[in-house]
Amino acid sequence: MAEAAATPLGFLALKRGGRRADWTDWVTYGYLGLGVVVMLVPVLWVVLSSFKTEGNLMEFPPTLLPEAAKTVAVKGYERPLPLYVVKSADGRTATLAQVRRVGIEAQMVDPAHPEAGLVTVPVDAATPIRHFHVGTGNYTRLLDSAGGTIWTSIYNTVFITVVATAITLVMNAMAAFALSKYRFRGSGVALLAILATLMVPATVVLVPIYLIVSELGLLNNVWGVILPVISTPTGVFLLRQYMLTIPDELLEAARMDHASEWRIFWRLILPLATPALAVVAIFSIMSRWNDFLLPLVVLNKPEVYTLQLALAGYSDENGIQYGMLLAMTTLTALPLAVGFLFLQRYITTGIASTGIK
Amino acid sequence: MARLTIEGLSKTFGVVDVIRAANLEIADGEFVVFVGPSGCGKSTLLRLIAGLEEVSSGDIRIDGVSVVRTAAAHRGVAMVFQSYALYPHMTVRENLSFGLENMRMKKAEIARRVDHAAKMLRIDAYLDRKPRQLSGGQRQRVAIGRAITRDPKIFLFDEPLSNLDAELRVLMRLEISKLHNRLKNTMIYVTHDQVEAMTMADRIVVLRAGVIEQVGAPLELYNRPRNRFVAGFIGSPRMNFVPGRVTRVGDSDFDLECDGLGSMTLPRGGRAVAAGQFVTFGVRPEHLELGAAGAGPWRLKVEVVEQQGSSAYLHCSAPAGEVLLHVPGQARQREGEVLDVGPAAGAWHLFGADELRIVGEGP
Repeated sequence: MAEAAATPLGFLALKRGGRRADWTDWVTYGYLGLGVVVMLVPVLWVVLSSFKTEGNLMEFPPTLLPEAAKTVAVKGYERPLPLYVVKSADGRTATLAQVRRVGIEAQMVDPAHPEAGLVTVPVDAATPIRHFHVGTGNYTRLLDSAGGTIWTSIYNTVFITVVATAITLVMNAMAAFALSKYRFRGSGVALLAILATLMVPATVVLVPIYLIVSELGLLNNVWGVILPVISTPTGVFLLRQYMLTIPDELLEAARMDHASEWRIFWRLILPLATPALAVVAIFSIMSRWNDFLLPLVVLNKPEVYTLQLALAGYSDENGIQYGMLLAMTTLTALPLAVGFLFLQRYITTGIASTGIK
Repeated sequence: MARLTIEGLSKTFGVVDVIRAANLEIADGEFVVFVGPSGCGKSTLLRLIAGLEEVSSGDIRIDGVSVVRTAAAHRGVAMVFQSYALYPHMTVRENLSFGLENMRMKKAEIARRVDHAAKMLRIDAYLDRKPRQLSGGQRQRVAIGRAITRDPKIFLFDEPLSNLDAELRVLMRLEISKLHNRLKNTMIYVTHDQVEAMTMADRIVVLRAGVIEQVGAPLELYNRPRNRFVAGFIGSPRMNFVPGRVTRVGDSDFDLECDGLGSMTLPRGGRAVAAGQFVTFGVRPEHLELGAAGAGPWRLKVEVVEQQGSSAYLHCSAPAGEVLLHVPGQARQREGEVLDVGPAAGAWHLFGADELRIVGEGP
């Protein structure tokens, strides 16, 4: 098993016990495969579709890969003409370029001999020649022609995510430090009260939060989105549970080493809680990046829009701009996917488990 | 340097008395070992001195100044923890200098002290490693080094060798003793291992259930234990105890009837015993002598022979329990053999029903 797991392919083909595949192996791999399909197909569809042209997107049945009609430049015609395979009545096929379409008939020209003149062909007899074509038009349109507002949205989202996550980590870690390492009257009640807020749905407190934010004059201000959810009960709980595993003797040693409580927090607790902090950071980044409801209520001007709000702007009463929507969805999801790949490694790194005993 | 005085010191956790009215005087430069079975309060006593636990009542004075209300960092003591408590994310150098940085000491002075401690403990080659890259013994040295750099008045050791294997323990025991000879600081050392206590201490403090049972030099405790507990705890293997009854008391001698072992006449030596008194007779394995066949006074059957090469232990059965004999050299006795055994003159103890040793005029 150990040698088999060494190579990626060997790892993917790992079997329970020996060399032969047991029926449980088939069930396991089948189930896992199904999971992969369910999770991955919608994402792949969005990414692939974002590279399709507007016409390609509207086609039915849809194509799997982004495709475009093959065109050819023909002498005497200004624009490149789309190529068709035309089946004539006597069974012969020819590759012709379409000049224009009139009703159920199309006028075509032989790209090799344009001087031969136009041929009229019934539409049914012509099949367009397609080829794989990555259309970056959606992206270029999104990034420049949308008037630069997209860049403002990106900046707003990045600012909110980074600042809010940093503050969340520090606030949650301080609360967790106190709840895990200090014995004081009411610490149990405090923890319970923090956890109890988990039972209140976010939508219930939306209106009170809006009122508070509005009273503080933070409407249409990114801080109005950052401040209301800076401390999270799950974050406090997760960090507290992790900090409980940091031995008290370390803190006692530090106290004898003239370290203040503040210094113990920054120099000992935070570095040793890195794995838990990474987990909380991932949760915070994901929820901040994808947050929609609170920004929707608090931010009402395009210059303070987050990406998610801008994204929602592509579908309104005038219809849905699928190309832009798909391209933006891909762009919006990309940083998170990359970030997750990077931070995932930290989760499994247990630093505090070494060095003691 | 430092003199430590403990006066009427008590510590309670809720309703549990962990330390009960302890009094102790430790002279400057002394190496004192707190020893006792687990749960006896020896670690708590050390933590009270360190300032890691709050005192319930009583006083702790260092050089005559009460430190009960002083924070741990400002008492001028340094502690070596059982788990070493090295900061796992810092290098050895950072571990050694962390405390000094917190005291806002000058960089050059920190470097000098770290260098000095590292050389003394021979860890200068590992200064840039993390604790997890060190062996147990090396970690132990770093933990001691961290205490040395602080240049404390008093060193506190909380079972520092209990995580090491037997061979390394003997080695580190020696090193700590050498360190004490060199630094000449006051050191307080907690252990449950009476061998460590005997070999390292200038004075031993024996604790049981939060009470100091006896304080004294190792051999004093060995030769003149105050009560049955100390007699049983100090010395390895432990003392043989046989319950018995005084049957006759003369001017210079008395008869003792040991349970199932028959009667013997012993010199009284001024001991206050009365006929009919129930006592416990105690004698160490090394103080039982083999007599000529039929000489008595005890006849014991050998159950197990443990040869150790330089000496041997004979486990013998007696009605009141096992009696252990230590014989020098290699034992010729066989299992099943019946031996005539008697206590060496002047090397036995008598304990009353209150467990206290019944003291004679002599030793």
